[in-house]
Amino acid sequence: MYQTGNLVKELSEKHGRERSSLIPILQGVVDRYNYLTDEVMVEIAKELDISAAEVYGTASFYTFLDTKERGKYVIRVCKTITCSMKGKGEIIQTLEDMLKIRVGETTSDKLFSIVETNCIGWCHKAPAILINEMPYTELTPEKVVEIIKGYMNK
Amino acid sequence: MKTKGLNKVGLIFEKIEAREVLTKAFNMSTDEIIQQVLESGLKGRGGAGFPTGLKWKYTAAEKSDEKYIVCNADEGEPGTFKDREILDRVAYKVHGGMAIAGKTIGAKHGIVYLRGEYRFLLPKLLLELNEFHKMIDEIGYDFRITYRLGSGAYICGEESALFESIQGERGEPRNKPPYPTTSGVFFKPTSINNVETLVTVMMIIMQGAESYKQLGTTDSRGSKVFSVSGDTPTPGIFELELGMTVQEFVNEFGDGDTKAVQVGGASGFCVPRKRFADTIIGFEGVPTGGSMKLFNSSRSMYNVLHNYLDFFAEESCGQCTPCRVGCQQLLKGVEKVKKGEVKSTYLNELVKLADTMKLASKCGLGQSVGNAFRTIVENFREEIIY
Repeated sequence: MYQTGNLVKELSEKHGRERSSLIPILQGVVDRYNYLTDEVMVEIAKELDISAAEVYGTASFYTFLDTKERGKYVIRVCKTITCSMKGKGEIIQTLEDMLKIRVGETTSDKLFSIVETNCIGWCHKAPAILINEMPYTELTPEKVVEIIKGYMNK
Repeated sequence: MKTKGLNKVGLIFEKIEAREVLTKAFNMSTDEIIQQVLESGLKGRGGAGFPTGLKWKYTAAEKSDEKYIVCNADEGEPGTFKDREILDRVAYKVHGGMAIAGKTIGAKHGIVYLRGEYRFLLPKLLLELNEFHKMIDEIGYDFRITYRLGSGAYICGEESALFESIQGERGEPRNKPPYPTTSGVFFKPTSINNVETLVTVMMIIMQGAESYKQLGTTDSRGSKVFSVSGDTPTPGIFELELGMTVQEFVNEFGDGDTKAVQVGGASGFCVPRKRFADTIIGFEGVPTGGSMKLFNSSRSMYNVLHNYLDFFAEESCGQCTPCRVGCQQLLKGVEKVKKGEVKSTYLNELVKLADTMKLASKCGLGQSVGNAFRTIVENFREEIIY
């Protein structure tokens, strides 16, 4: 459930109410809820005493500060050249088949989202994905199934 | 042509006594440190290759109540992963290099800007930072480092975009001048250095410039950490002496069928097989932040180019027109050529567009799209068309 309660206030106490606190606060909300709603962005704007457009303008610039609904586990599949050469397509296919969603979508139980992302710095162990902040590398379709099962049972 | 050949080196990951090196540095004068770094010939290891000693000299010369040393750990260039490994294995040397830089330029505060993709490293880095702060307190030196995280924007590796991001803004590059040495993060004089550069400084202070510059060539002193990936039996991270040819590199890392090496990532240069022997990896030939990607003859260079253009079209910040529109048009353009919707001579128009972007774009992103574009189109024209 997306009920932020005192989260924005707590994050503002922790990071301050300067303009430079904005991104750490947005990151703090995304850490907890994986994306930003319009409401939470307005709340942050009030807390920092800046316009909501400034908050949205900043958030929407950064790929990891999603303003679109995402699941509890965001699976980011690297699509840059080495991962692409070493079987990114198979990894996506496996994820789509297993979760019954396409890239860019979220499962109906709000548990998983699949997105593509640019180079995540694991080219020597391609193909690679991030699930939230955790990297998984040298993947095969079999390994992906095991990893996702692990998250399903969490 | 006489070259250095391929020599493996172990400076960056070598275990050292940080306390001794820092005590030595803190007892040196600002001028002595700058002189050592200048003499070593060290150029920035992020890819642009600005002489580190000069950067520090300019920042030190600025009069300001507040200055900053920023460590650029927003390693986003496709094919580069050496800074992650350095932070993972020898973060204490990165922190140490920042303290030396801080002492030299007169900054009491350092900021590490770590890319969001490496957030999993943060808990460990903060523990190491704690130890580091304890150590410099014991030495009796007043300096503090904080960590800031990126959120998935390649452009934030550009220094002024990185400052904007730290300040809580969209990561859009600033006009230059003023340069960071006069107006950097929070518009204060700032030295911004790559992770590897800061570690290298520790080694230079430890062993002296004279010993360090024995490695490498006149234009490219020292050694460098390379990120090797693609069609190679031995992908990974290797520290090598600068000055080898692409051929020597391929002899070591190739799979026997290498047709091209992309040096310097998506914003770098494509070297085809016929140029391997006469192309030196370094500032006298093809410069690199460390990204080395090998492609064998089973790969389509059209796919490689398309992948890079798709990358740039997504990662362009959209602020200046040459880059925003140019990246999209190059991508659409090669697709049209491939599909046969336009004549193959349309590629010449696209090369002109890439050249225009080099002249007219505001920052390094738009300016360097043409590097890969030109070198791939010129050397693998048939693969782009047919």
